[in-house]
Amino acid sequence: MDTYIVQAFNALSLSSILLLIAIGLVFSFGLMNVINMAHGEFIMVGAYVTFLVQRLFVIAFPDLQGLYLFVALAVAFVVTAALGFLLERLLIRHLYGRPLDTLLATWGVGLVLQQTARTIFGAPNVDVTAPAWLNGGFELAANVLLPYKRVFIIVLVTLCIVGIYVYVTRSAPGRRMRAVMQNRDMASCLGLSTARVDATTFALGSGLAGIAGCAVTLLGSVGPALGTYYIVDAFMVVVLGGVGQIAGTVLAALVIGGFNTMFELGSTASIGKVLVFLLIIGFLQWKPNGLMALRGRAS
Amino acid sequence: MIGTDPHPSPLPAGEGTIGTALHSGPFPTGEGAADRNVLDLSKVCVQFDGLAVLDELDFSMKRGELRFLIGPNGAGKTTMLDVITGRTRPTSGKVTYNGIVDTARHREHELVKLGIGRKFQTPTVFHSLTVYENFEVAAAYKQTLPMLFADLPARTRERIEKVLDTVGLSGRRNDQAGILPHGELQWLEIGLLLAQDPKLLLLDEPVAGMTRPERDKTGQILRSIAGSHSILVVEHDMAFVREFATTVTVLHLGKVLSEGSVQEVQNDPRVIEVYLGHRHEREGEHASG
Amino acid sequence: MKSLRATTGRTSFASRFARWRGSSAVTVAGLIALALAPWFLSDFHVGLLSKFLVFAIVAVSLDLIWGYAGILSIGHGVFFGLGAYAFGMYLKMEAAGTRLPDFMAWSGLVELPWFWRPFGDPAVAIIFVFLAPMAVGAGLSFLAFRSGIQGVYFAIVTQALALILSIFLIGQQPYFGGTNGLTNFSTAFGFSLQNPDVQFGLYYVALAGLTLAYAVCAVITSSRFGLLLVALRDNPGRVRSFGYNPVAINVIVFTISAGLAGLAGAIFAPIVGIVSPAMIGVVPSIEMVIWVAVGGRGTLIGAVLGAILVNGAKSSLSESFPLIWQFILGALFIGSVLLFPSGVVGTARRLMARWRPPHPSESAPRAPVAIQLSSEKEPVP
Repeated sequence: MDTYIVQAFNALSLSSILLLIAIGLVFSFGLMNVINMAHGEFIMVGAYVTFLVQRLFVIAFPDLQGLYLFVALAVAFVVTAALGFLLERLLIRHLYGRPLDTLLATWGVGLVLQQTARTIFGAPNVDVTAPAWLNGGFELAANVLLPYKRVFIIVLVTLCIVGIYVYVTRSAPGRRMRAVMQNRDMASCLGLSTARVDATTFALGSGLAGIAGCAVTLLGSVGPALGTYYIVDAFMVVVLGGVGQIAGTVLAALVIGGFNTMFELGSTASIGKVLVFLLIIGFLQWKPNGLMALRGRAS
Repeated sequence: MIGTDPHPSPLPAGEGTIGTALHSGPFPTGEGAADRNVLDLSKVCVQFDGLAVLDELDFSMKRGELRFLIGPNGAGKTTMLDVITGRTRPTSGKVTYNGIVDTARHREHELVKLGIGRKFQTPTVFHSLTVYENFEVAAAYKQTLPMLFADLPARTRERIEKVLDTVGLSGRRNDQAGILPHGELQWLEIGLLLAQDPKLLLLDEPVAGMTRPERDKTGQILRSIAGSHSILVVEHDMAFVREFATTVTVLHLGKVLSEGSVQEVQNDPRVIEVYLGHRHEREGEHASG
Repeated sequence: MKSLRATTGRTSFASRFARWRGSSAVTVAGLIALALAPWFLSDFHVGLLSKFLVFAIVAVSLDLIWGYAGILSIGHGVFFGLGAYAFGMYLKMEAAGTRLPDFMAWSGLVELPWFWRPFGDPAVAIIFVFLAPMAVGAGLSFLAFRSGIQGVYFAIVTQALALILSIFLIGQQPYFGGTNGLTNFSTAFGFSLQNPDVQFGLYYVALAGLTLAYAVCAVITSSRFGLLLVALRDNPGRVRSFGYNPVAINVIVFTISAGLAGLAGAIFAPIVGIVSPAMIGVVPSIEMVIWVAVGGRGTLIGAVLGAILVNGAKSSLSESFPLIWQFILGALFIGSVLLFPSGVVGTARRLMARWRPPHPSESAPRAPVAIQLSSEKEPVP
């Protein structure tokens, strides 16, 4: 029983990371019909930024080491958002209406980013020392320890999701984003700069990948191929969740994170992956539009 | 399989000849009485997110009829075509084609094989293919997979030639469809439909963007193939409707508001109220969809 | 005008054949050059070129679905791998003889698993070389396309499949050799794979495989079924409203493509002497796409050329400059899509067309490549 609680908790933290990654993908897919294959490398960039910030604190502000994580979160967000902005401006914009080509080109960007990281930081993984206050955990019962690190991740992601929800539903830029998502031509006719909305949204989605990258440094070491561990699962979240609905994405992330953790429990992890894939494909036979999807005239 | 026809039609592609006036053979009599309706909609409802687009719509058309469907924007005209072609499933109600076929039991492409052809509002053809290749794809729609690897039957090729002449695209046959101007695209799309020789033609705004002579030519083609085909035309261009329509159905808020000759419909006070009333003020103007 | 109309219109198939024959001069010349090449190359280079020819088979199979039908698979390593494992299992059985294959013994198995037994028979293995990838390809494409998973969605599903199959094989150490895969082959049909003459012969097996794959794709793309594929790329919704079942067309062409990729895998196994999950995963799978992109999608000759060019560059550069190769590969992905979307062949054709004014009788050049740009995905009406 105790192990189940711990596993469920681990599943929840994995789900939240997947969710954070997938939300960025859903943004760019819903808005521009574009899948950014370099999204995984943005996670990696966020993780290396965290590594650098932590090192900087060790050298420059040894007394404030406990706070490096917050600075790293902000810097990782800004750096990856800027990268995303550049990617949209320099590449994706020129491939508008060619989603398959965009997929390939962004994969190339991912390769370049990976190799750049390998050149700068070397191929071996590096470790980020977590702040001391995140060591240990809540002791729920005798054998049930909920690590603070994972609690932190879940809280962080929850805050991000609430922030995104408020941004999308309440703020002016969020409203513009929804307008473009629903009817690009009409929004453009009404005087919205769809180019600016695209770039902003893409940057925001990329920034979330940076935050996710910062978060995963708490769980393991950082390497150039870090993003590839998460990205395919995040894609599956997008496929399962249906596009354009935050609720569907949340649910899909919970399901996929849950199943993956469940199967890792036993020794059947490799068969488990196959089962999860079959479950997703099977589910889409029943509900082709994913967990949550709008039904409309064009559907 | 691609080409297998679950319900073999008595009128295979390429069998109907396009004579000088594009006359196809008469309706096969083996299927029942000649006066049977080609189309019956009974209490058809369609809802999108709770919004009723078609509201217990009843509608029927006799064989060989040339029927015009008009109505203000949002009346449900295009949705009605979507329902007939199986693209949209009705929330409730029944659509019967040819007196016997319950369209809900067939998928979209199967209904095409059964003889329901459609021209879309905005011309949609295959841009990378040449005009002639577009015709090859359209005319081969009843072929089985092995047949797709052989030459087109001579009869089908002749049919394509006749249609090409009829729609005036003979000289354009080797041009990529993507480079055609809008007017010719409309003709191409109408031609592709004729090449398939469907029994029931659904035309969504066939004369939009056409010049007056082109429009008249379209009207004449429609007249000449009516009788041997059943045709339902959705049109906004009232001048065109007045000139070529015999029977007009007015759709409003997903229901039939009025039906009859152009005269009758125009004098119907309800129609004047919701539809022609607005239009009299901007007579002659071409409304766009 | 009238006479021209009569000649060009009546026999579209003949004109298509003429178009095919025009490019077939290049094809035949290339085939002869490839057939003679081993006589002028060292054993090492013959082995290398054999591999490239196998990759060219994969490229042609990918081009059929991507260049023509607009279906992007970034998981074709799956089908390549299934073919390779099916034939590799036969090679392993032959190497083990009456004993248990070595890796099984190391993993503690005492008996041959039931699903290995039929692979002792080469005929069964060859059937599975096609059956396994085609069954998986048909199943995946049917389930995906019938539930509306297409375009980018389909691409990432194929990627997930590539990831999952490689994880699955790595996890099945006792049954499929895990990370190492199947190695230590000795003979194929009694011929020693260590013998240089046999490797020389395998070159011609690879060339024959490529010729077969090329011919299959050429027949398909020059038929009316090929027109349907291009139509499907332009506008799947319209194909349906013309009375075709797009799902069926997709499944047929994808299954054929998967079978050809499986054939490539089977030829690959005896040439390199190893079958491992590393050939299947996400990264090798998407690299297969770049071969087609570089050569020129929508032209079969481009796919062959791309596979040979990219892999030639890779084998000469990745050894001397392993760091730089990754950057070049990344640049190839970006550049081939952004700057040269029609690839080497398409770009060359455009340049040639600029120098040589088109002959009036061939005024309708078929340029699926140039059109690809605008017609990748148009909204369904």
